[in-house]
Amino acid sequence: MSAYAADVLTLARKDLRLELRARDTVPAMVLFVIAALVVFHFALPGASGDLAAYGLLWVALIFTALLGLVRGFAAEREQGLLDALVLAPVDRSTIWLAKALAMLAFLVVAELVALPAFAVFFSSVSAETVAGIALADVGICTVGTLLSAMAAASRTRELLLPLLFLPLAIPIVVGGVGASVVGEPGRYLGFLAVYDAIFAIISWASFEYVVTE
Amino acid sequence: MAETACTLQRLRRTSAHLAGGAETREAGRGVRLGASRVTPMIRARSLSKDFGEKHVLEALDLDVPRGGFVLVTGPNGAGKTTLLRLLAGLTVPTGGELDVAVGRALIGFLAHESLVYRELTAIENLDLYGRLYRVPERRERIGMLLERFGLWRVRNERAGSFSRGMLQRLSLCRAFLHEPDLLLLDEPFNALDGAGVDLLERELVALRPRATFVVATHDPARLEPLASARLALA
Amino acid sequence: MSLRSSPAVATTALAAALLVAAVALIFFFAPEDADQGISQKIFYIHVPVALTAYACFGWGAWKAFLHLWRRPPTADLQSYVAIHQGVIFGALTLVTGSIWARASWGHWWVWSSRQLVLFLVLFLFYAAYFMLRFSVEPGPARANLSAVYAIFGVALIPVSFMAIRLAEDFVHPVVFKRDGPDMTGSMFLTFCIACAGVLALAAAFYHVELAGKRLDARVRELRALLQ
Repeated sequence: MSAYAADVLTLARKDLRLELRARDTVPAMVLFVIAALVVFHFALPGASGDLAAYGLLWVALIFTALLGLVRGFAAEREQGLLDALVLAPVDRSTIWLAKALAMLAFLVVAELVALPAFAVFFSSVSAETVAGIALADVGICTVGTLLSAMAAASRTRELLLPLLFLPLAIPIVVGGVGASVVGEPGRYLGFLAVYDAIFAIISWASFEYVVTE
Repeated sequence: MAETACTLQRLRRTSAHLAGGAETREAGRGVRLGASRVTPMIRARSLSKDFGEKHVLEALDLDVPRGGFVLVTGPNGAGKTTLLRLLAGLTVPTGGELDVAVGRALIGFLAHESLVYRELTAIENLDLYGRLYRVPERRERIGMLLERFGLWRVRNERAGSFSRGMLQRLSLCRAFLHEPDLLLLDEPFNALDGAGVDLLERELVALRPRATFVVATHDPARLEPLASARLALA
Repeated sequence: MSLRSSPAVATTALAAALLVAAVALIFFFAPEDADQGISQKIFYIHVPVALTAYACFGWGAWKAFLHLWRRPPTADLQSYVAIHQGVIFGALTLVTGSIWARASWGHWWVWSSRQLVLFLVLFLFYAAYFMLRFSVEPGPARANLSAVYAIFGVALIPVSFMAIRLAEDFVHPVVFKRDGPDMTGSMFLTFCIACAGVLALAAAFYHVELAGKRLDARVRELRALLQ
């Protein structure tokens, strides 16, 4: 295995192990998404129909992801550990990739709870929706992890991350909702794939500059 | 007021090379590989670092030969930590030139923070860094270090449960783990009890011939016998 | 480098000349639109302002890229000032677009106007740029973060545009079609002069702001030396 992949694996395992020990982020995300869905039930007027519910599903997912992302680099910045990782003779983008993979795992766990809940509360979830969610998750985690590192460097971390993230999340929501509600979801899924490709590459290439001076 | 005095010298900085290569770290950007035969380990000319309006370091000149041991002293806020961070490459100078002959793989850094994950055990922490630094015979080396620093008994306990003194010992293990050529230690005796102090002194004496040291300390007398040079920051 | 010799003066003069010419052309030369009447004249301001905002964001991203790549000491400040101008002109785009929408269709906001929606998204994005900048201590870290974010912004422009187009399928089934003016020669000339004028204005603001910031920095250096 290449050194790059080995480093990513080492760091991703570290992130997963930390969450397994601390058990704070994933339970919070799961609880949040369920609570959000319940709120949405009360927020939707009776005649809204399924399509409105799908839109709100995506809102719930975006904000659940944000909850997790805010915690993304919290430990590293609080304890100065980012310095230790930056000092290591590894490509700095491995730090980003490992963290993004861990975030993806957390988000998938939250969705494994959210989607059945949504199916029970509102309406069933189609295969296209799941495909859209899968693609959207990649975009959310790649961009979100980089922005989380940026926000962690600022004074106003928890406040700043949503502001940085939401404009970039708009195309994701468009792609996702489109895939859920429109008859031919192919275009939307393709768009999500393009989004993922573009922003994953930019994130990968620029992470070095986010954590070094 | 002379125009020249107003202008800060902004030179070009390199992108850091990964392992082994010589690095030139200056304000600005530009790659320069130095010959590593007889060049000093550290060479700084007119090094300065500002944080906004605050001038922490001003026009500092420094030469540290390979195998040197520099004691950095000065009151709080004098810039000892800033200097060490500059040498480690964690931050870049505002002005002047800084050459460090070794890359990240050969630098060991001890900070004020312990730089260990609270939720991981001692051995997991060292294993993490051991993998990232590609330490050969990782497990044996980790075991040996934990034993040397008196942490073998608590190796499977989470770092979060350690006392400050134990955390400091673990941080020292982390700094020494990959047998670096350049050790940058920020107040290494902090929080250590009597036994810990003795341990560390013994380690430093043992490592003295094999590495270059830059040590920031409030208590220079203890390390005076080892030192080859003193740098007092105002 | 004094204010007198900088590009600020040259571009200000150029902008003034072009804008005067543009206003003259808009009101006395370009033909009045049969359907929309005098309100169509806003087009000569709205579109150039929008294009100028894009140009500012693009210039800001270019300077940001230069900063990360070559690290010239002025690149970060130039990137910031360019994006600042972009946000100002972006806000102007939203305002003029809203006025035009009101005049044309009676609504202050139309989600079917792709241009307007795109600018809204970009405005949010670049407003966050300033929040980012103001919440990080000045220094190399802030410059790096700003530069990376600026580059994200410029990638977001086409992606958002695609998204907005796709969204039309399920967000608004009824689309107000603004028939793009088939520009006659005189309209085209007016449009070009207006574009040039607004671009020159942005360039003038850019240079003036840069000169101002450099002056500030100089004053601070002098003050520090005196202490």
